[in-house]
Amino acid sequence: MNRIQNKLSQNKKLLSIYFTAGYPKINDTVSIIQELEKSGVDMIEIGLPFSDPLADGPTIQASSTAALQNGMTTKLLFEQLRTIRESIQIPLLIMGYFNPILQFGVAEFCRKCSETGIDGLIIPDLPVDIYEKEYKSTFEKFGLTNVFLITPQTSDERIRFIDSISNGFIYMVSSSSVTGSSDGFSEIQTNYFKRISEMNLKNPLIVGFGINNKKTFEQATKATSGAIIGSAFVKHLTKNGISKIDSFISGIRLF
Amino acid sequence: MTYNIDKNGFYGEFGGAFIPEMLYANVEELRQNYLKISNETSFKTEFENLLRDFAGRPTPLYFAERLSKKYNTKIYLKREDLCHTGAHKINNTIGQILMAKHLGKTRIIAETGAGQHGVATATVCALMGLQCIVYMGEIDIKRQSPNVARMKMLGAEVRPATSGSKTLKDATNEAIRDWINNPIDTYYIIGSVVGPHPYPDMVAKFQSVISDEIQKQLLEKEGRENPDYVIACVGGGSNAAGAFYHFLDNENVKLIAVEAAGKGIHSGESAATSVLGKVGIIHGSKTLLMQSPDGQITEPYSISAGLDYPGVGPMHANLYQTKRAEFLAITDDEAMQSGLELAKTEGIIPAIESAHAFAVLDKKPFKPDDVVVISLSGRGDKDLNTYIDYFKL
Repeated sequence: MNRIQNKLSQNKKLLSIYFTAGYPKINDTVSIIQELEKSGVDMIEIGLPFSDPLADGPTIQASSTAALQNGMTTKLLFEQLRTIRESIQIPLLIMGYFNPILQFGVAEFCRKCSETGIDGLIIPDLPVDIYEKEYKSTFEKFGLTNVFLITPQTSDERIRFIDSISNGFIYMVSSSSVTGSSDGFSEIQTNYFKRISEMNLKNPLIVGFGINNKKTFEQATKATSGAIIGSAFVKHLTKNGISKIDSFISGIRLF
Repeated sequence: MTYNIDKNGFYGEFGGAFIPEMLYANVEELRQNYLKISNETSFKTEFENLLRDFAGRPTPLYFAERLSKKYNTKIYLKREDLCHTGAHKINNTIGQILMAKHLGKTRIIAETGAGQHGVATATVCALMGLQCIVYMGEIDIKRQSPNVARMKMLGAEVRPATSGSKTLKDATNEAIRDWINNPIDTYYIIGSVVGPHPYPDMVAKFQSVISDEIQKQLLEKEGRENPDYVIACVGGGSNAAGAFYHFLDNENVKLIAVEAAGKGIHSGESAATSVLGKVGIIHGSKTLLMQSPDGQITEPYSISAGLDYPGVGPMHANLYQTKRAEFLAITDDEAMQSGLELAKTEGIIPAIESAHAFAVLDKKPFKPDDVVVISLSGRGDKDLNTYIDYFKL
């Protein structure tokens, strides 16, 4: 059992946090991870910044642009994370777009992840069929969990297929929407969470997009295993830097 | 060997649909239906009627006598500049607006760089009475104010793209984001042979009317369907895709794709993607694109706003890699001189994009009996300010 599966088996409502590496300051990456773990976060998605993040909203795009201007690169991120497992126990994933990974070399990227202690990857623009045909064996060779997204428009048949090739969790997009653009869930959305959870998939469901406070976290996790907060946390970093991370987290969920 | 698309949506190793799941349902709906719908008799009839009566097709294939004499070869110009709205872009937007209607979509979005595709989209939306939103980089809005005004007159809403470099690639990102946020009622009219499959193939098919007409017109004028050369400029590559389309698999016809070298290929201000680009993913397509060693997409430059896209369509990436087409890069200065030359020799002021294609005449020797077809993709009215500034007119 890997760190992600182990965490998911603990049977609580998991809180996962996304942040963009190299933002607000280039060397904040490790401090942010440490603060998040100390604050009781269950899992972290480290965003590898990309110039053209088309599935993300303005907040995350702006943080990516700033991180790149700060000098963040794939190589530098791995350097920053080199000794991360000396202090961090919770699962760590890298979330990034496919092109920077392709340029680094997919196999080399996976090898570095494995060496560093990264548990999984979320690559929104790597399609399921191409992953399965060309990259699945490489990911598995390095013990990496690849996480796929589903949306309210994803057919049941496709959800079953995605479930069949997933080995960690399924990232359930709360609405067909780029990140950071909704405030509170409608009944349509909560019904969608319920409908998917009743499909009894083998992988747990974690909800992302539109979770920004205690209320939305609770709504999202009522029928699912957890939720991911991205834009709201990045906004917190924009405003406060790396201070007060614990108060942001305790505002979402008490431990 | 075919240079056309394969059943998986690839040209050789290029193409595909590298899209987030949020776009899957939309793109899949289009993929499953675009061939079926565009092959229906009712669709074809409506498309052909609009191309004829609204866009003004067929456009002439004009024998450029004085230019031919000057270069001692036989030069024909495919007059896409005479299309309604001033360029070939309208062929594609007519096709796609009909596609949107057949799919029952009511809200149209598009991206635009210089504004030509935006105007062509706003035009067909007005024609069909559909809501139209055009994303345009904030910087381009300032540079291309007449086209912004045209779009507004046609009833479109022009939304500034304020992210990233605030130009075409960012306008494309914003349009894609809009589509993600509006998955049910919205249709995205892409302006070139770029984006996820099936867009490159669909746009190439709508533009293929260009080479279809070339074949018929050349048969009439020269007694042969096939020229020796077809020359077209390439930004994303839609006019080139259309001009090459019916000749792709006939290797007796030599294809020349002309990219913008800007201030010089290696000047740091260029859009010569085939030389400077590497294989990567941009806007959902695997293709050649200009990027940093770290895989960040870089901003191209050309004096011509229609050529400064950091990638090329996957069809062209494959034509480059297989050497089926010869790729040449033309600088700003060379293109501007060719634009002036065409004006003075033939009485035609070309778009600066198209002027790049004419600069090939100075670069490459042609034989006296060669039949050379140049795609004159657009007219120069929109570029008058650039011409004025450049030549101090």
